[in-house]
Amino acid sequence: MATTLGFHIILACLGIALPSIVLLAEFTGLRRRDQTALLLARRWSQAMGVLVAVGAVTGTVLSFEMGLLWPGLMRQYGAVLGLPFGIEGVFFFLEAIFTAIYLYGWRRLAGWAHFWTGVPIAVSGIFGAMSVIAVNSWMNQPGGFTVRDGQIVSVNPWQVYFNHAALYEMPHMVLAAYMVSGFTVAGVYAAGILRGRRDRYHRLGFALGFVPAAVLTPFQIFVGDTAARAIAQDQPVKFAAMEYVTHTSTDVPEWVGGVYVNGHVYAGLRIPGLDSLLVGFSTGTKVTGWDIVPGAYRPPVVWLIHLCFDVMVGLAFLLLLAGLWAAWAWWRRRRLPSGRLFWLLGAVSGLSSIVAMECGWVVTEVGRQPWVVYRLQTTSAAATSNGGVIASLSLIIIMYAVLGAVTISILRMLSRRWRRGEVEEADVPYGPQQRAANRTAS
Amino acid sequence: MIAAAVGAILLASVTLYAVFGGADFGGGLWDLLAGGDQRGRAPRRLIDDTITPVWEANHVWLVFDLVIFWTAFPHAFAAVMTTAALPLWLALGGVVLRGAGFAFRKEARQLSLERAFGASFAFSSLITPFFMGTVIGAIATGQVPAEATHASLRAWTSTTALLIGFLFVSACGYLAAVYLADEAARCGNRGLETYFTRRAQAAGVVAGALSLATLAELHSSNPLLYDRLTGRAVALVILAGVCGLGVVIALTAGLTTGRRWRGAIRIVAALGVAAVVWGWGVAQYPVLLPGTPVTLTNAGAPHSTLAALVVLFVIVVVLVGPAFVLLFSLQGRRALLLPAAGGGAPPPAQPPRRPPAALRAAALGLAVGVAIIRRRRSAGRR
Repeated sequence: MATTLGFHIILACLGIALPSIVLLAEFTGLRRRDQTALLLARRWSQAMGVLVAVGAVTGTVLSFEMGLLWPGLMRQYGAVLGLPFGIEGVFFFLEAIFTAIYLYGWRRLAGWAHFWTGVPIAVSGIFGAMSVIAVNSWMNQPGGFTVRDGQIVSVNPWQVYFNHAALYEMPHMVLAAYMVSGFTVAGVYAAGILRGRRDRYHRLGFALGFVPAAVLTPFQIFVGDTAARAIAQDQPVKFAAMEYVTHTSTDVPEWVGGVYVNGHVYAGLRIPGLDSLLVGFSTGTKVTGWDIVPGAYRPPVVWLIHLCFDVMVGLAFLLLLAGLWAAWAWWRRRRLPSGRLFWLLGAVSGLSSIVAMECGWVVTEVGRQPWVVYRLQTTSAAATSNGGVIASLSLIIIMYAVLGAVTISILRMLSRRWRRGEVEEADVPYGPQQRAANRTAS
Repeated sequence: MIAAAVGAILLASVTLYAVFGGADFGGGLWDLLAGGDQRGRAPRRLIDDTITPVWEANHVWLVFDLVIFWTAFPHAFAAVMTTAALPLWLALGGVVLRGAGFAFRKEARQLSLERAFGASFAFSSLITPFFMGTVIGAIATGQVPAEATHASLRAWTSTTALLIGFLFVSACGYLAAVYLADEAARCGNRGLETYFTRRAQAAGVVAGALSLATLAELHSSNPLLYDRLTGRAVALVILAGVCGLGVVIALTAGLTTGRRWRGAIRIVAALGVAAVVWGWGVAQYPVLLPGTPVTLTNAGAPHSTLAALVVLFVIVVVLVGPAFVLLFSLQGRRALLLPAAGGGAPPPAQPPRRPPAALRAAALGLAVGVAIIRRRRSAGRR
């Protein structure tokens, strides 16, 4: 499950936000009659087609796995957490339908009409993401239902969907999706620029991904900071694991890095009082430690949670720095920085944003352990009683490794073909159709 | 009452998956049986062009079915997922290979790669409906206990379950061939029309025979269900038979006289398959897992969840329905083509006649619809 989610989440991000970036390119192209931007939009939509298809597949895997791996969870809470999934289904439908129209409508639909068929994809991507996050945040802050004799007797869908944690998890994830997509696109073109392809095509491709992602980064840092403070209240044990708060006290130090083993933090930088300051804007703030619950109810591998949290925050500031650098250069000279270091930073921004997101996901999921539904159901009670879990898990991992490898190689194949200038995407909408004379029978 | 409504919704979604998604699986079956690279090129091309733009949207019905199932009947869902874990894993593997194979095949230009992806697409189109059929078989024969704790091999390998598995495969093939024959006729390709008509006839006969065999087998494996199928659900069983026979006869007549029933024949074929699904549902009502006390009303979801699901389904009908109509009408006009339709494909028949303004209005209308419906849903919640 974790593997599937970890893999699906990348595709989900691209599924949520890539359409918006493609639309941005198409908008630019149509508005300014910019052929380069239109070419980018067409090519990206082809990559989007592959990613959305793989995303649909992994999404199906997830819904099967809900039952195959977590029958206990579904049996007890299916009636509650199914509702946001149902709402997600509506948006999934719209996304799939309009993606088909958008992808295969390039040749037959006129400029703006085609653009408008893409808008529902972007909108339903956002609402779909919110619905899925509603489920995850509900698992962190369950509510909106009444239990009598161990049976759920009534459900308030509104409270389930907009549970307490949803308010910060939803914007955090949607912004993350946009950052991952934007920086990933930018990273691809920055790598091209580093290899000497400094033409307008590559610069524009970089900018169309980089600018929206960089603009959103400060907002993301703000939302993330709010979320962390909320978690200190809502899920103090998770927060304690994130920040190595062993005992409830005031004047709690902040650890930067470091590995917690047997009551000691090794190789970490200790900043006295900072954690209290961050939580309550005063070093006198009392922060709850993980000692409030017995050992069995604490998350395992706290060092992993803490390091993932630190990596996520660190990378966010790195990305912020890249954005500020570009903004500075633009303000001074009306152009992107020309230094090699900037493009290196741009090239790694895609990977960094993915790593940051995966780290965040580890923090929220591992940090909730041993609970699957916070304080209500443990993970072991939710899991299947069928044997062969290890076998099926290894099978899934192999399957995903293959799927991931093939996806990447197909995308690379696409990009190689584009670079060779093959003509299929040169079949401009409403332009004269060019036949691929050199292509053999497919 | 409301539980019955949600049961009907689940059955309706399953039906939609069967007639749309099933046909896509059937396309894979004919792809598998289309022969070598040269001989199979024309039918594969038609299958590809027909399925590519729509398979993903059709596939969402599966996800939607699962979501309704686990939300409305969580106890039954957990029991089925535990008991029939193995065939479900296999079907899932099929879904993955199929989707990925299909997605990648389009982009792979090397023949060997294309062949590998194509094979994975075609083969998994065969195994997925088969294993899904065996799961339905396990439920219908009462092999899923209410308190399932472990997977069972016996549950889904009974003769009835295996027959239903084969029935699913043949029904998918039948639907696909009927649709594809119609599609070929629409493109004016007589050769392919005959090709798929013959296959539709064959698959129709096989599916009919398998249905009868399943019915006969149910007589011993689940007498109660058999009695109901020949009792209160008999009208649907007869409807299914009439539709199947009607399609096969119409296809034969079409081949000899050249007269065609465009579109209508697709609807009759889909109606036949839908009648089978509903016949099963009506026969089983109100029991969810035969042989257990689990019924539609006591499968674990409170009243408010069921009410919310009814609202949700109304939203799906209002919001997704028109979108599907738009997709299928564009597809029907052949307005959705692969970006690279070169390499000897027939050139598009006519220039686009649809005024772009109409489409823009439709898209805008839907975007506005999203906003309105969201508000309506929030009202429905309170």
